[in-house]
Amino acid sequence: MKIKSKIEALNKLFGININKNKKESEPFFKRFELSKFVLQKVINMSTDIKIRKGLTLRLKGAPTNTLKIAPPSTKFALKPTDFHGVFPKLLCKEGDEVQAGQPLFYSKYQDSIQFVSPVSGTVKEIRRGAKRKVLEIMISADKKQQSVTHKLPSLGKITPEQIKEQLLASGNWPFIRQRPYDIVANPNATPKAIFVSALATAPLSAQYDVVLEGQQDAFQLGMDMLSKLSPNLHLTIGAKESSQIAQTKNCTIHRIKGPHPAGNVGVQIHHIDPINTGETVWVVGAEDVANIGRFFQTGVFDASRTLAVAGHPLTSPCYYKSTIGASLEPLLDDVGAENLASLRVINGDVLTGTATSANGYVGYYNNTISVLPEGNRYRMFGWLPLAGPNIHSMSNTSLSWLFPKKQYTPDTNLNGEERALVVTGEMERVFPMDIYPMQLLKACMANDIEKMEQLGIYEVAPEDFALIDYANSSKIEAQAIIRDALDLMNKEVG
Amino acid sequence: MMLRKQIDRLKRPFAKGSKYERFAPAVNAFDTFLFVPNHTTQKGAHIRDAVDLKRTMVTVIIALIPALIYGIYNTGYQYYIQTGEAFTFLDAFLHGSFKILPMIAVSYGVGLAIEFAFAVYRGHEVNEGYLVTGLLIPMIMPVDIPLWMVGLSVAFAVFIAKEAFGGTGMNILNPALTARAFAFFAYPTYMSGNKVWVSEASNVDGISGETILGSLASGVNVDYSMFEMFSGAIPGSIAETSTLWVLVGAAILIFTGVGSWRIMLGGVIGAAAMGFLFNLWGANALMQFDWMNHLIVGGFAFGIVFMATDPVSAAQTVRGKWIYGILVGILCILIRVFNPAYPEGVMLAILLMNVFAPTIDHYVVQANVNRRLKRKQHSATVQTA
Repeated sequence: MKIKSKIEALNKLFGININKNKKESEPFFKRFELSKFVLQKVINMSTDIKIRKGLTLRLKGAPTNTLKIAPPSTKFALKPTDFHGVFPKLLCKEGDEVQAGQPLFYSKYQDSIQFVSPVSGTVKEIRRGAKRKVLEIMISADKKQQSVTHKLPSLGKITPEQIKEQLLASGNWPFIRQRPYDIVANPNATPKAIFVSALATAPLSAQYDVVLEGQQDAFQLGMDMLSKLSPNLHLTIGAKESSQIAQTKNCTIHRIKGPHPAGNVGVQIHHIDPINTGETVWVVGAEDVANIGRFFQTGVFDASRTLAVAGHPLTSPCYYKSTIGASLEPLLDDVGAENLASLRVINGDVLTGTATSANGYVGYYNNTISVLPEGNRYRMFGWLPLAGPNIHSMSNTSLSWLFPKKQYTPDTNLNGEERALVVTGEMERVFPMDIYPMQLLKACMANDIEKMEQLGIYEVAPEDFALIDYANSSKIEAQAIIRDALDLMNKEVG
Repeated sequence: MMLRKQIDRLKRPFAKGSKYERFAPAVNAFDTFLFVPNHTTQKGAHIRDAVDLKRTMVTVIIALIPALIYGIYNTGYQYYIQTGEAFTFLDAFLHGSFKILPMIAVSYGVGLAIEFAFAVYRGHEVNEGYLVTGLLIPMIMPVDIPLWMVGLSVAFAVFIAKEAFGGTGMNILNPALTARAFAFFAYPTYMSGNKVWVSEASNVDGISGETILGSLASGVNVDYSMFEMFSGAIPGSIAETSTLWVLVGAAILIFTGVGSWRIMLGGVIGAAAMGFLFNLWGANALMQFDWMNHLIVGGFAFGIVFMATDPVSAAQTVRGKWIYGILVGILCILIRVFNPAYPEGVMLAILLMNVFAPTIDHYVVQANVNRRLKRKQHSATVQTA
């Protein structure tokens, strides 16, 4: 009976009264289970998280910790394709003069969400693709640099509704994304928690202690504002993080230890406060929080972006202070990229980023620009075990296990061809969630909505499957499969 | 890169939009054997691991080679010691090669022809899975089986066990074992008895080539020492007799991670436990047969290392692999002891568990689904309370 009384005391402590709604005949063990669950939650909140499965890829060409001011760019572009699932309705046409922070388009199915110009200048061209889909709104910056200023209510007494309104009106809203579906957050939803990950574990990716250096005040203000939108605001940092990020207030800080994808916010959510069917969690990028904070400091939309430009073909990879939508040309020039035609420039990290070109533009969300050589070459008998010692492999059919510290210089070769799913167990090795990845992928390929839901589709985002893309021997495009499945779920379930 | 240019020129009529476009999979199959293609990542992760299915399958073939070479030698060895002729290692090896290489050629010829035809018909690339199956099939046949039976078994296995289910990655049963099971039930006189396990036994009088399990079943004493059983100097199907060389293959599979050690260990645990229980019971010769010996005769080692671990037909979840492996082991000994007419206990046990593997996985995955549902209920209760 001792245990029983303890559990009851615990239930009382957390305000759970089982006997109130339920009959006395409720089996004893069920109550015990409930308390166990509460206990686990408490433990999770206070302790740090250790991820065991995964893979930290060591690649050459990591950025040095120097932060340069990016060479000025006059060409900018806002890409509606950065916002997955948003159907853009244009608010500008070619030749229009726009100010920084002036809306360029809004979301057709959620018209309160506006997307604003990162600079002031002239709309030079609206580039469209197949079916007249808007690809890029190109703006040539002017010298005056005027920006739209919003009148802010007093921050001390600001209400959650006012914060939402301000974020929507100023074009800051797209910084907030949601799980499930990995899309721009629905402003009408009430999230059960907001997560900010200040831990980057993907290969060659920007480290947030460098990115947020000197932005701590703005970051703190952004966190303060987010904490008003949801009381459950979580900030995740590396196990050894010692910079000022670790001192952030008004949020629950979790220290995360382990290999990539420990830095993926989806993995963190899964271990801290997993998403159940019908629940919503918002996620905000760490520097995006600082951008939001600066907006609340000044009333002006802030499009600044700190970028790590990395990759082994570059002569001096480092960090740059740049702007969302800025042309990549001057950046790549400065960082020493040669032979640009044979290189792939990626907005984002090498596992999850979007390929662009040397005359592309900085993406909306990414803090990393990765550069890789293209791999369109043949390798004679390259399929033999142990062949190609310079290509990393998780599998022991190559010699990578002998050189755990070796830094690799990968290219974009597929290293094989797509085949049927044969090998089992290799996906699980890089997937640190209590989800069966291969079974989920198969359900997604079969468009089996019920099964996808049962197997945990709401908890995952394409980026969580990036290492599966990388490691699976059948060369299955797992990220693309999950993206399509999430779109299907969003359409069918909403 | 002269060769590369030649190939590109040869491939031109098979390019997209060209005359022989539909035969491209067949041509690509040869090309990709010479060269890893120049395909680059188009979506998803921009960099990829060096491993692909070809490398995985070739690793299995490498793991099979020690057992195959010993099997070739043992074929000759069994023949010469039965006839009583003097022989050297080379004689035995040549005799074995003469018998076995044609079987391998037939197996690959028939099987790959069907695979290529299906690849062209379905318009997908040729999967490498048959490279392993095609080598496994002759390795588990009796040496004197006519070549046309090998060919027919291969055709049955590839058509019925594999392509009918949708091809590589979709099959329920292990194709190699299906081929053997087909031959076993269709041509029992060529697949069992005491005249089929030693090369040309039916042509030479006085040869008694009974397998160990066969002798036990018919109540004849087993004359072989444990070392002979372990090293494989015993009559049996071509390459399954040597536990020693199978273990070398197992080491390769486990180290490279290509074969599941959980299934192998599970199988050994299941068989050892079952054998031990029967030892305690001890009602007949088969039950009294030492449990350790059960693990090294009757192709148990070969089956559990190379057949049960086939990732497509085995259980696919970690927990499922343990259950599957242990059950294969238990069933194998059970069939051997209770149904002595079928000394092929390991073949039947694996085929039976192949059928049940999806069920095992279903329950393992369902536990995960239930966990998720429970979590949702908990969170709902916490919120309302």
